[in-house]
Amino acid sequence: MLEIKDLHVEVGGKEILKGLSLTVNAGEVHAIMGPNGAGKSTLAYFMAGREGYKHISGSVTYKGQNLLDMAIEERASAGVFLAFQYPIEIPGVTTMTFLKTAVNAQRKARGEEELDAVRFLKLVRVKAKALNISDDMLRRPLNVGFSGGEKKRAETLQMSLLEPALAVLDETDSGLDIDALKIVAEGVNALRSPDRAMIVITHYQRLLDYIVPDKVHVLSNGRVVRSGGKELAMELEETGYGEISASAAQ
Amino acid sequence: MAVQETVETVEETGKYKYGFTTDIESELAPKGLSEDIVRFISAKKDEPEWMLEWRLDAYRRWLTMEEPTWAMVDYPKIDFQDLHYYAAPKEMEKLNSLDEVDPKLLETYEKLGIPLNEQMLLAGVAVDAVFDSVSVVTTFKEKLAEVGVIFCPFSEAVREHPELVKKYLGSVVPKSDNYYATLNSAVFSDGSFVYIPKGVRCPMELSTYFRINEANTGQFERTLIIAEEGSYVSYLEGCTAPQRDENQLHAAVVELVTMDDAEIKYSTVQNWYPGDEDGKGGIYNFVTKRGDCRGARSKISWTQVETGSAITWKYPSCILRGEGSVGEFYSIAISNNYQQVDSGTKMIHLGKNTSSRIISKGISAGRSTSTYRGLVSVHRKADGVRNFTQCDSLLIGDQCAAHTVPYIESNNPTAIMEHEATTSKISEDQLFYCRQRGLGEEDAVALLVNGFCRDVLQQLPMEFAVEAQKLVAISLEGSVG
Repeated sequence: MLEIKDLHVEVGGKEILKGLSLTVNAGEVHAIMGPNGAGKSTLAYFMAGREGYKHISGSVTYKGQNLLDMAIEERASAGVFLAFQYPIEIPGVTTMTFLKTAVNAQRKARGEEELDAVRFLKLVRVKAKALNISDDMLRRPLNVGFSGGEKKRAETLQMSLLEPALAVLDETDSGLDIDALKIVAEGVNALRSPDRAMIVITHYQRLLDYIVPDKVHVLSNGRVVRSGGKELAMELEETGYGEISASAAQ
Repeated sequence: MAVQETVETVEETGKYKYGFTTDIESELAPKGLSEDIVRFISAKKDEPEWMLEWRLDAYRRWLTMEEPTWAMVDYPKIDFQDLHYYAAPKEMEKLNSLDEVDPKLLETYEKLGIPLNEQMLLAGVAVDAVFDSVSVVTTFKEKLAEVGVIFCPFSEAVREHPELVKKYLGSVVPKSDNYYATLNSAVFSDGSFVYIPKGVRCPMELSTYFRINEANTGQFERTLIIAEEGSYVSYLEGCTAPQRDENQLHAAVVELVTMDDAEIKYSTVQNWYPGDEDGKGGIYNFVTKRGDCRGARSKISWTQVETGSAITWKYPSCILRGEGSVGEFYSIAISNNYQQVDSGTKMIHLGKNTSSRIISKGISAGRSTSTYRGLVSVHRKADGVRNFTQCDSLLIGDQCAAHTVPYIESNNPTAIMEHEATTSKISEDQLFYCRQRGLGEEDAVALLVNGFCRDVLQQLPMEFAVEAQKLVAISLEGSVG
C-alpha cells in the first residue's frame, strides 16, 4: 500500500525528516510515536501534499504510484485521507453541505456517479448515528464552534463517508476526554478492513489501548529509530522517549 | 505556487461570458446632450407634454449641478457630450407578440440564458427585456392583468397609465436628488413599471433583464414599483453588457413605494461587463435606488449580488416613514482585477417603531477596492427604532483593499443600534483542508466564498439563488493568495 524510502524533507530551510523509511501493507494499522518535534506531523502533512514542505530526496510510493507527483485533491480521490490534529473551521458551509461536496468531488474524480441528495442523506444518517452526531450538528457550519470532541467526531465521520484506502490520523486523541476518545476509537475500529491501511500518529500510548496497532514505530529526529509490535508502546509508556532518542543519537 | 496557478485559473475561467455584441441595425440619437436631445427622446417615446416638461426641468437643473467626488472611486472625467443618449433596434415599435420580435434579439437573450419564448420560461417568472434604450418584450402581461397587476415598459406606462406615473414618478427620488439621478430624469429611456393593487399578492416573480448593446451609449433606465395596501411583489433585475474597450455609462433610477402592510422584495443580480484584467473598459454604474415605506407595517427588502461593472456607485435605501415599517438590505459585492465598488445603503428612520437590518458582504480580489458606505439615521420623533448592521469583508490576495464607512445619526435616545464588522481572508489552511477532502482549488474557493455569503444568498428567490451561487464562483474562481 505505502512505501516510504529514505525520505528527506525540509520545512522553512530546516531539515525535519532525515531519511525516514516505512512500509505499510493493506489491512495493517501502524502507530507512529515519538517526542514533540520528531517530525510526526511533518510526515502527515507532507504525505497529504501541504505547501511549505520541501522534498529533498527519497520516495513515497502509494499503490505503486509516485504519490509526490499527485496534486492534493488527486491524492484525496486516490484514497489518502488525513484526519487533522486541529480541524479547520469552514464558516457558512454546513457540515452536511461540506460532506456532500467532498464525497461527490471524489466520486467525480474517480469517474463514479455522484450521489443525489436523498441517497446521500440516508448514508450520512446511518454513519452519523454510529458516531453520536446529531442532525443539529450536521446543520451547523463545519467545525465552527465545535467542541474538541465534536471536531474529532466530525473528522471520523468524514473518514467513514470517504472510505479512504490509507488513513493518516494525526494526534486524533489530542483534546479528547475519555468518553469522546472511546467513540472516536470505535468509529476508527469499525473502518478497519483488509483493504485499508491506517497510520495512527500519537504522542501518548493511551489511544493505542483503544485502537490496537499491528506495528509501532518510534520516530525521533526525523527517522524511525525503533519498530516493534504493540508491546513497544507499553515499553515507551514506562521508559519515556528519552532513552530511545538518546540511543538513536549515538 | 498556488497563487500563480490560481491567477491563471481566474484568467481562464473568469472570462466574462456575456461579452458578445449583437449585430443589429440601430437608430441612434446624435452624440451629446442638449434640450434638443431631450426633446428627441421624448418625441421618440410619443410622450405627452407634461412628461417632456418634467424632463426639461430636470435637464436645466442638471446643468447647474456638479459631479459628486466623495465616493472612494477613481476614474477619468466623463465627457457627457461624447455619448449617445438614445439607441434602439430599428423597427421595434409597438409589438404585440413575441412573433414580431427580431429573431436576433431573441437569440441575444437566449445566449444570456433568458429564453423569452413563453413556453420555455420557468413557470412563474414574468420577464421584461430592455435592450439599449427600449423595452423589447414583456411576457405574461395578460395573465398578470387578470389579477390587476400592471407590468409593462415604462414608456408604455407613461402613455397608458399617466395618472399613476404622474402621482409617483419622482416622489421617492426627486428629479433634483443627485447628479446622476437628475441626468437620468432628463434622458431616461426605458425600464419597467409595476403596479400591484390593494390586497393582491403578485402570482409570479417579476423580472427585468437589461442589456446594453450599442457602443458609446449611455443606459438610463427608470423603474417604478408601487405596492398598494396589503399587497406583495418579488422583483428581480439582471444586467449584462458586451465587452468593449471603452467605458460605458449606466445611470439608472429605481423608485419603490409601499402602502400599509405592503411588501416589495427587490433583488438584483448585476453582472455588467467589469473591464478586462488590466482594467480596460467596463461599465460605470451610477445608480440611485430608493424605497419609500409610506404605509404602516410596510416592508422593503433590497437584495443585491454585484459582480460586474468597472465602477459601482450604488446605495439602495429605505425611507421608513410608516409606523412599524421595516427596511432590509442584503448585499454581496464582489470585485476582482481593477474593479472599484463604493456601495452600501441608507436607512432613514422617520416613523415610530421602525426597524432595519443591513447585512453586507464584500469580497475583494486582484487589485480591486471595495467600500461599504452606509447611513442609519433616526429622526427625533421616531421612538423605538431598531437597527442591526453587519459588514463583513473577505480579502483574496494581498493587493486588494476593503473599507467600511458607517455613518450613524441618532436624534432619539430610545433607538437601539448594533453594528458588527469583520475583515478576513481565505486562509491556506482552509484551502488545504478542502483540497485534502478532494475538492479542486476552484471548487474549494467557490465553497468558501459561498459560505461567506450564505446569509445573503439565502435571501434571494429560489429560482435565482442557484444562478447567483454560480456567479459568485465564476467571478472569483480560484483567485486565492
